[in-house]
Amino acid sequence: MELTVVKTDGAAPAAGGCASSGCGSSSDKLAHLPEAIRAKVHNHPCFSEEAHHHYARMHVAVAPACNIQCHYCNRKYDCANESRPGVVSEVLTPEQAVKKTLAVAAAIPQMTVLGIAGPGDPLANPERTLATFRELSEKAPDIKLCVSTNGLALPELVDEICEHNIDHVTITINCVDPEIGAKIYPWIYWHNRRIKGVKAARILIEQQQKGLEMLVAKGVLVKVNSVMIPGVNDTHLKEVSRIVKAKGAFLHNVMPLIAEPEHGTFFGIMGQRGPTHDELQALQDECAGDMAMMRHCRQCRADAVGMLGEDRGDEFTLEKIADMEIDYAAAMERRAAIHAEIEANRAAQREQRNETFVSIASIKRSAASPAADIERIETRPVLMAVASEGHGLVNQHFGHAREFLIYEASAMDVRFVGTRKVDLYCSGGDTCGDADSTLSKIIRALDGCEAVLCSKIGYEPWGELEAAGIMPNGEHAMEPIEEAVAALYREMADAGQLAPAAETASLSA
Amino acid sequence: MAYQIIEGCVNCWACEPVCPSNAIQAARPHFLIDAGACTECDGDYADAQCASICPIEGVILDGRGIPVNPPGSLTGIPPERMAEAMAEIQAR
Repeated sequence: MELTVVKTDGAAPAAGGCASSGCGSSSDKLAHLPEAIRAKVHNHPCFSEEAHHHYARMHVAVAPACNIQCHYCNRKYDCANESRPGVVSEVLTPEQAVKKTLAVAAAIPQMTVLGIAGPGDPLANPERTLATFRELSEKAPDIKLCVSTNGLALPELVDEICEHNIDHVTITINCVDPEIGAKIYPWIYWHNRRIKGVKAARILIEQQQKGLEMLVAKGVLVKVNSVMIPGVNDTHLKEVSRIVKAKGAFLHNVMPLIAEPEHGTFFGIMGQRGPTHDELQALQDECAGDMAMMRHCRQCRADAVGMLGEDRGDEFTLEKIADMEIDYAAAMERRAAIHAEIEANRAAQREQRNETFVSIASIKRSAASPAADIERIETRPVLMAVASEGHGLVNQHFGHAREFLIYEASAMDVRFVGTRKVDLYCSGGDTCGDADSTLSKIIRALDGCEAVLCSKIGYEPWGELEAAGIMPNGEHAMEPIEEAVAALYREMADAGQLAPAAETASLSA
Repeated sequence: MAYQIIEGCVNCWACEPVCPSNAIQAARPHFLIDAGACTECDGDYADAQCASICPIEGVILDGRGIPVNPPGSLTGIPPERMAEAMAEIQAR
């Protein structure tokens, strides 16, 4: 029998036959891109899924004003306890933002990217946004600059964006049809007037598309973010994905709507629901085609600091950074050394992964061996949750996880499909008052997963997870994630747990 | 005559940079319009700029004390259609 060839050396896999999720492992999903682009994103945690295990980002909240209204946004953004886009604790001046960026870069050397994402629209505050970039490109040349926008003011600012060395831009595009747009954007502020309804959406869409085309023409990397709103733009986003891809966007990030009444957004108050995990994943898969899909977005605050999924903003408040003395030249040297160390680790992990994915292909080989009378049986895909605190390893205690990375393992590959946030199960100490309800919430959040990989797990959650059909596993602690997922998948296959769904049903009947 | 920002303003900054008269002050508990400086955008723009970008209904009053953005004007849903709209949205 002819085996599908899985990547076996360090070279980029051949383009033929590879879906966007890549061959062998999800880390290859940018493999189809030209080398120059891969070099630009390889240490950008928001643009490269593999990089987000190793590198950190920060946003500075210098841009409070906004020129449009989105139904999923509440302009009262001042909140310490919420973690979602558009929320910040304090708005900074450009000078404060520069100081904060240097302080964070010195304290968190893994920080590679400085983004301006709000809390309003960065390009509705062009002076503040560009002043911040201007000074940072001088003072911290080793930091990548990026900006995120709704696109309304983008065409008129493309030239200035390019002048400031900003080579990553994210445009939020939720629709290309003004009728659908009118259900998401009630109004825009345009040429000194408020414009409403379909007319407003049409202008916004035109500006977004024009801005996208202009940036691509100038060689700027563009990521498109879309918010999936069930019953509004869910099926339409497939067309959005096709169009933005055709125009040269290099990554599409379909995110779930966040809408809770307590957020005070129009959608939250009106009871608009967000998508389920399955709906989101199905749409992401449908949008995928041969374009890279981003699935590791954590929808962070406009003042987030640290690795994706973590926020260390509290360590860098204005009060705290005021007293910090920063020797940036020394910090830059240290950053370079640490980045080199990270790259050496990543190279070693890639090596190991290549070996793993040769052997994962052999699962198929053994299942198809003539000795076994099960030639046709392919092992079914399995979702697994992973607790990781970074470095691309299974290295977090179950009880310390605030989120789980979700991987889909099949006979041919392991692919990253998303993240799920949970409340902290173990807050330390012995006052785990509502631990039970927290655990049941985690179990609900891990719905569909058959295993959870972590470094360690307590006796009690072990039992409950097992009872819920989610097998806890601490055997692969400290191993690279994809390697560990592949190994566990192989163990499950060997134990005969992975007959296709139909087979399982008929066996149990 | 001057416009006025009242309680309910969320301090989002949107109005401050668009005022042609620099009449808006970032104050607490909410932003304020300097009545002496406000021209109601007369001679500059057809529509008052602060009220054209403000995202909150009812918090900017015109010279006669009337809300420029009354309930329903910014969501696009008039109060009498609210229950119906909510039912539609919840059915999605």
